[in-house]
Amino acid sequence: MRIPCPFCGLRGHEEFVVDGDATVTRPAPGRPDAPTAAVRFVYLRDNPAGWHREWWFHAFGCERWIVVERDTVTHAVGRVWSAGDPAPGEDR
Amino acid sequence: MSARPGAGARLADGGLIDRTRTLRFRFDGREYAGHPGDTLASALLAHGVHRVARSFKYHRSRGILSAGFEEPNALVELGEGDARVPNTPATTIELFEGLDAQSQNRWPSLRFDLRAVNRLFSALLPAGFYYKTFMWPAAFWERVYEPAIRRAAGLGRASGAPDPATYERSYGFCDVLVVGAGPAGLAAALGAARSGARVWLVEADCRAGGRLLAERLAIGGEPALRWVEATVAELESMPTVRVLRRATAVGRYDGGVYAILERVGADRAQSAPFEPRERLWHVVARHGVLASGAIEQPLVFENNDLPGILLAGAVRAYANRYAVLAGRRVVVATSCDDAWATARDLLRAGASVEAIVDQRPAAARGPGAWAPDGVPVETGWLRRARGRDRVRAVEIEAASGRTRRVACDAIAMSGGWAPQLQLATHLGERLRWDGAAQCFAPESWPPDLSGAGAVCGEFGLAAALAAGARCGTGAARALGFRATDLVLPAVEPDRPLQTVPSRAARAVRAAFVDWQNDVTIADVQLAVREGFAASEHLKRYTTLGMATDQGKTSSLNGLIALAEATGRRLEELGPTTHRPPVVPVTIGALAGRHRGRHYRPTRLPPAHAVAADLGAVFVETGPWLRAQVFPRAGDRGWLDAMCREVNTVRRAVGVCDVSTLGKVDVQGADAPEFLERVYASRIATLAIGRVRYALMRREDGFVMDDGTVARLGERHYLLSTTTAGAVDVYRHLQYCRQVLWPDLDVRLASVTDQWAQFAVAGPRSRELLGRLVEPGIDLADPQFPLLAAGSVRLGDGTAARLFRVSFCGELAYELAVPARAAHRTLERLFEAGAPLGVAPYGLEALGAMRIEKGHVAGNEINGQTTAADLGLGRWTTKDGDSVGAVLARRPGLADPQRPRLAGFVPVDRAQRLGAGAHLIALGAPRDAAHDEGYLSSVAYSPTLGHWIGLGFLRRAAERVGERVLAHDPLRGRDALVEVVETPFVDPRGERLRG
Repeated sequence: MRIPCPFCGLRGHEEFVVDGDATVTRPAPGRPDAPTAAVRFVYLRDNPAGWHREWWFHAFGCERWIVVERDTVTHAVGRVWSAGDPAPGEDR
Repeated sequence: MSARPGAGARLADGGLIDRTRTLRFRFDGREYAGHPGDTLASALLAHGVHRVARSFKYHRSRGILSAGFEEPNALVELGEGDARVPNTPATTIELFEGLDAQSQNRWPSLRFDLRAVNRLFSALLPAGFYYKTFMWPAAFWERVYEPAIRRAAGLGRASGAPDPATYERSYGFCDVLVVGAGPAGLAAALGAARSGARVWLVEADCRAGGRLLAERLAIGGEPALRWVEATVAELESMPTVRVLRRATAVGRYDGGVYAILERVGADRAQSAPFEPRERLWHVVARHGVLASGAIEQPLVFENNDLPGILLAGAVRAYANRYAVLAGRRVVVATSCDDAWATARDLLRAGASVEAIVDQRPAAARGPGAWAPDGVPVETGWLRRARGRDRVRAVEIEAASGRTRRVACDAIAMSGGWAPQLQLATHLGERLRWDGAAQCFAPESWPPDLSGAGAVCGEFGLAAALAAGARCGTGAARALGFRATDLVLPAVEPDRPLQTVPSRAARAVRAAFVDWQNDVTIADVQLAVREGFAASEHLKRYTTLGMATDQGKTSSLNGLIALAEATGRRLEELGPTTHRPPVVPVTIGALAGRHRGRHYRPTRLPPAHAVAADLGAVFVETGPWLRAQVFPRAGDRGWLDAMCREVNTVRRAVGVCDVSTLGKVDVQGADAPEFLERVYASRIATLAIGRVRYALMRREDGFVMDDGTVARLGERHYLLSTTTAGAVDVYRHLQYCRQVLWPDLDVRLASVTDQWAQFAVAGPRSRELLGRLVEPGIDLADPQFPLLAAGSVRLGDGTAARLFRVSFCGELAYELAVPARAAHRTLERLFEAGAPLGVAPYGLEALGAMRIEKGHVAGNEINGQTTAADLGLGRWTTKDGDSVGAVLARRPGLADPQRPRLAGFVPVDRAQRLGAGAHLIALGAPRDAAHDEGYLSSVAYSPTLGHWIGLGFLRRAAERVGERVLAHDPLRGRDALVEVVETPFVDPRGERLRG
């Protein structure tokens, strides 16, 4: 698989470390349902067949965490953007 | 061209062999001769040697079936001793001087094989026989049945010795990768390359040309090979083109990545200096053109595996390319037009064609099905071949039902050609049966791959050239190159009609579907009767298509037989899944240079050489080599060395290289806030010039790592991590910074490799460091107290950092210097410390002293323990939202019943403890239900003179003084132990303060 790193260009997946679901967000501190929200954030994952967003770390490159849109059925790679940035065309 | 009477099977002229040179070789110890351009198979056939193997299960005599990579029978062992390579098809082995090959799977010899008696019991060895018979008793399977079956059935033998050859991995990038240098592939490569695109053309054979090498065809009015040579020459003259011969594309992966196996040294006995025997390419192609052609399929009839029965296209290849006649009196049997050309080429070469047997009635044949006058043509089938070690005759069953017997010494058979579509399906693409083209075809081609020629069912030269040109220019244009259409040379129109057999077989006895795994038509029918009627089930039950040839000559006939046995049509049956590799790949090629010491990189701390000079014994910890002990003459073992090192530290001063600990430099206005969030410990209150022990948790509440945080400035911190956790912790910190809190003003850099660090420990450590630092620096308590951190300049001008931290419980410091100063600083420590009695200490002493002090390490921070479990609750903040804080408070983790860290000593002080022993209350049964914890770390304590251990025990705090059983069924060693408080040594920490 090849991943178009937004900083380094198209690179082999061997340069990256994958860290799973990028659709979950860490719950804001101090909310009343903090334990439940934390369990959801840490343990609950969807397993979609099709397009998915994943965190990848360019360990042997720019050391940036990036979001990769990937089709879990075909392994096709879609949009890619840097952590901290909104998805292209989407509001933060 | 004609056969010389009585001079073997070599034709007097013709062929792509160099008759001016003779190569001598050995097969099963006998001397033979051949010519450059021969394969081992063609050279053996030239001597009339057909039988070259015994079959896998029944040990039947087997001959050469094919002329290519699909060969299921003629597998040989190449070379001798440690260089021996098993399971190589003789049809792909280029002949070289001194080649030495052995037949396989026979004992004691090919001619006289004792296990051929299996044949007599073949009725007793049907599909699933092993599964059904060797079931009971279960313990017999591993010890008796399996070894015996393997000895009787195995393919070639691995040498068992390290392979002296070298292998390598290489990487390549191109715009268009063309797989196969037959007419379609050459046209595709030329069409793409002329546009300026970077083109790779890979060909499995040692020569370009594909089927043209085996045929007598013309292109542009000249022999086709002239066009091949001119095209290759033009391609190789372009700097943007790379032509790889002896290279098979074995796998296709996501993102246009292809694995290509190049057999670099396949044409010689000995590789050139520094040349690998094989090279595994990892090629990234923006577009692939599959021009891998098709493989001819055999026919299924009784005794169809006798030596002398070959594929019709192979007979043609041996006659035209190698100038060898596979037989002089040949019967051609076919279900399609193509084999008729074999009859014509054989006649031209001087052989006699005894009959052409076509399964199709005359009206169903295509334009290619014509024969010169006088050749008997029969509409019908082969029923049975006769002969023992070579075919002698064949019984032909005419469509009318009449049977006649024809004497022959070879049969050229063809059940149609099956496209080589493996690469088109490696990413899960499906194939469907194309009834019109009579072959499988992809349901759809992926956007970055196209096919040209026979692989698409476009049989015939004109179609292949046109399709190749179209694919090559099309691919280049799609990638943005300006490609002009190729002007193709004229070729004779040919449209051979491809038809696969309409029914599987005319017999059920010894009618083979899979030669290499000895699967017969009867096995297929049995599997269907027993309910294994899906193609994937059939494959697994009968092993059809599971041998090293991966069903290249058997899958289609298996499906035809399955269709017939179940009354279904091929359209309803999917072929079994193809997975890489397309052809077998040696383990050596996969390993490349990553063997032995090069299996993975070895990391050395910058002052490694100093420890080596001191006679250290090193141990691998992850990728690092670290000093374990520093033995001296007279030591009875590592324990003596360890005890001496501990005693030196506790009485004088020792130095230990701790450079492998991870180090992360953290800077920025929000650095305090960032660290407060990533550590479970309080960091915000850390003053400049101070260092603090800190715990890091995972988000699930368990402890991830421990280390120190030193504040070097207002906005500048230095973290240390464990050696093993350094990589993961750094990645986690980057995740926290970039993903969780991108708005914080903080930057991270891993500085593990930039700084060396030495623990200087013992009552005389301050004195030793005083001799190293610049004069005037006071290291006494008020100026540099416990947990102080700061910059110091050494006497030689080195800008160093000093931390007053102690892992061993003595007055101790850690001195950090830039990596380039590591070697001289460590040497200087030993020089300056010599009068003080300094000695180096290694990991064993480090570990024993930390257990004496009750400090936790990797055995305790094992991913399943919380700060409270570790007795380190005081190092965590009670409030806050640091990583893992919320889930650390969940009831399961806060349960006081959880095993907590405690110390353990053997009641009989002479007894040894074992890490991993389970703790069980006295009198309780020794089973999992009564398991109350375990010993995590043990050591012999030189300070106390007996073994001590750390471990986790339920309600440990209430049980100090209690005796429990340390049950160690693995080592068969139980010990009565007493629960004690930690630290074992200097519980009040008086030595620490110096």
